Amino acid sequence: MTLTQQIITVAMVVLGTAVTRFLPFLVFPSGKPTPKYVQFLGKFLPAAVFGLLVIYSLKDVNVFAGSHGIPEMIAILLVIILHVWKRQMLLSIAGGTVCYMLLVQLVF
Amino acid sequence: MPVRFCTEENMQSESTVLQTDQTVTKSGILKKAFRAAFPYTIPIFAGFWFLGITYGIYMNVSGFSFLYPMLMSVTIFAGSIEFVTVNMLLGAFDPLQAFAMTLMINARHLFYGISMLDKFRGMGWKKFYLIFGMCDETFSINYTADIPEDVDRGWFMFFVTLLNHLYWFSGATLGGIFGSLINFSTEGLEFVMVAMFVVIFLEQWLKEKDHMSSFLGLGISLVCLTAFGADRFIIPAMLSILAVLTLLRRTLEKKEGGIVR
Repeated sequence: MTLTQQIITVAMVVLGTAVTRFLPFLVFPSGKPTPKYVQFLGKFLPAAVFGLLVIYSLKDVNVFAGSHGIPEMIAILLVIILHVWKRQMLLSIAGGTVCYMLLVQLVF
Repeated sequence: MPVRFCTEENMQSESTVLQTDQTVTKSGILKKAFRAAFPYTIPIFAGFWFLGITYGIYMNVSGFSFLYPMLMSVTIFAGSIEFVTVNMLLGAFDPLQAFAMTLMINARHLFYGISMLDKFRGMGWKKFYLIFGMCDETFSINYTADIPEDVDRGWFMFFVTLLNHLYWFSGATLGGIFGSLINFSTEGLEFVMVAMFVVIFLEQWLKEKDHMSSFLGLGISLVCLTAFGADRFIIPAMLSILAVLTLLRRTLEKKEGGIVR
């Protein structure tokens, strides 16, 4: 690929990404009332999207091979316990990550 | 009360109108917003440096100068597609396919936009950057964070976006420059992103009265992941979530007030 072709390729990716981010704001500008259905989605989608993101971040875990997702399960459990107990975002995330690193480096 | 910009001297004479210097001067507003925003971004710093450096190394070993990850991290600023772009650059020239692929992989951003329509209202010039920089992590924080009453929401979200952008940019650039030299065991550090999304999911869970939407998001995504595999489950999952939410609209709205916010 020539440099020009590379620049065009990257520009297409930049454009595609921007389209996915800006489209809702262009279709439903803040000057006009947003349709009821879209308001409904805006209210109930986020909870579902956070569920989707949890699964998305775990998508490459293979439960049928390797460590069978056991270190992930243990670390996530620790994150949940820490967070429900102390409700300190940083503590829960750091605790879970350190636990996971120890598990994959020393145990599994 | 309109925000006033005034010098120290003016402040003294107007002290009856203005509560404290801190809350009213522009730099006071900025400082306060920055201080509120920064702690939320610390886990993302860890995650983005790890992923960004990995990405920089990946480009480095694929034969690209550090200028590539440096420029791409600033202009694209969407993690997974940047890894895919490396493969595109190594393959045959096909701009349309590059565009279509980007739309597919990043389609989830559409959901973020729909969720933020209200929150970004009246943000002025900041709105453009807030939308441009809305990656998974930035969206999650800006949507769920409890921004204190006396902190400017626009600047708070601006700093969250800017800091995350900087972390990703610096990580990718450093990876591109020094990539091959790093040599300590960071195995497992990538879990910081999983931990963060679990915490954000929990935050939402603890705030909402009705958990149906949360359950649906987890369940449908898991089913689609099993059915379609890791590389192509996102679009089917999004469509199924949309369909099921739409079918359950009546029920969900009956429990109105379900999600507090």
